[in-house]
Amino acid sequence: MSFSRGSRKIFDNISLDIPRGKVTAIMGPSGTGKTTLLKLIGGQLKPDQGSISMDGNNVHELNRKDLYRLRKRMGMLFQSGALLTDINVFDNIAYPIREHTDLDESMIRSLVLMKLNAVGLRGARDLMPSELSGGMARRVAMARAIALDPVMVMYDEPFTGQDPISMGVLVNLIRSMNQSLKLSSIVVSHDVPETMSISDHIYLLSGGKIVAEGAPDELNDSNDPWTQQFIAGQPDGPVPFHFAAEPVMQDLLQE
Amino acid sequence: MLDKLQLIGQKQLAIVSRLGQATIFLYQIILTMPGVFVRPSLIIKQLYSTGVQTLVIILVAGTFVGMVLALQAYYVLVDFGAEESISQMVVLSLMRELGPVITGLLFAGRAGSALTAEIGLMKSTEQLSGMEMMAIDPMQRVMAPRVLAGFMALPILTAIFMAVGVLGGYLVAVHGVGIYEGVYWSLAQAKVDFYTDLMNGMIKSVVFGLVIVWIAVFEGHDSVPTSEGLGQATTRTVVHGSLAVLGLDFLLTALMFGDI
Repeated sequence: MSFSRGSRKIFDNISLDIPRGKVTAIMGPSGTGKTTLLKLIGGQLKPDQGSISMDGNNVHELNRKDLYRLRKRMGMLFQSGALLTDINVFDNIAYPIREHTDLDESMIRSLVLMKLNAVGLRGARDLMPSELSGGMARRVAMARAIALDPVMVMYDEPFTGQDPISMGVLVNLIRSMNQSLKLSSIVVSHDVPETMSISDHIYLLSGGKIVAEGAPDELNDSNDPWTQQFIAGQPDGPVPFHFAAEPVMQDLLQE
Repeated sequence: MLDKLQLIGQKQLAIVSRLGQATIFLYQIILTMPGVFVRPSLIIKQLYSTGVQTLVIILVAGTFVGMVLALQAYYVLVDFGAEESISQMVVLSLMRELGPVITGLLFAGRAGSALTAEIGLMKSTEQLSGMEMMAIDPMQRVMAPRVLAGFMALPILTAIFMAVGVLGGYLVAVHGVGIYEGVYWSLAQAKVDFYTDLMNGMIKSVVFGLVIVWIAVFEGHDSVPTSEGLGQATTRTVVHGSLAVLGLDFLLTALMFGDI
């Protein structure tokens, strides 16, 4: 699959598999198009070449109705949470259920409370999104992502900007929900230790290509300098510390 | 020289392309309209925020415009001994022009800018993308109720503006400059034609309402999701909305009252 924005090639003929029932991580430096990849999988963007298929359906050949039917089976956790700010936590989670089912309110209440209980926020049901901390907002968004019992959940940078406790909670939730709900999870992140601790398989993206892939242990043992620089967080290496410029002495001595 | 021509051409193309995008956007909203009526609570909520919350500014502005009109009419007409015709001037001005136009301008400033900011912020905080990923069409759940509510609210606000304007004129004419009350009301009644004056004014307000909310929701949906982009989109809504009201007012007046 290839995808470009204007003249800039974001993905250059990449190919990847997301196995059922596993946690697959997509990692790479900022700006490599990790979020774009999730939008391509969700059908919000269209690849220039190639195809993306889920459960045998080519996402970009579906008409709007079938695409929406497919999306009901996908959950997505946005980096910002993307909670609707004019309704409270309870209504945010009830929103997709009310839109897509004819269940009565007592049933919806039970479902919403179960989802909230799974993320530990049953007591926060009456709070407005503006009253939640960053970690809580992401957990509510997680509860909303699983509201329609999807088969696949996509997490966009779930750990960014979280304190250590929230981070630990989110790491455990992604892993435990994947097992208990028998989900297929895609985690897009650049938080190396957290993502490696919960992933079954990892793809490393850079410059529009997949530069490495494998189980976390395989990547840890890799001899590839780029992979080692990314995993160890070294400031200099194949990805240089300095932005392209003329030599420093030459630059300083110029008038 | 050639560069300048090229630049003018590029700008023209950009304007036409944007107009095309806005038309497709409106068409998509209209297609989703039937689904909006399934959830009338969405329309009621938007009627409150675009209509009811604009009411105060309409009431205050309408009263003062009516009062000023009466006062200016008196200063001119008194020289000809025709000051009793104040009500005719106040009522006709309000119903044919000032009612729909000033209400439209205030609506673009108050409700239009709020709509753009709200939708733009929903876009920048990924709420619209989030809805799409939940298989919920934001055109139907966010855009369409707002367009419908604005379209319904402006004619009602215009009618209220006209009514309080006539009352403001009454205050000045009857209690300020001493015109006989019976003359004020009877002339207002006799000289206003329901279809030519009142209905044409209301038709204008319907057109203005549609155009303003169309511009407002399109600008919000099309905004660059940054604080600067949102500010620019809100400004464009007020500027384009106001200019559209004034331009369309001329066209509609020419069609309704003149032989141009």
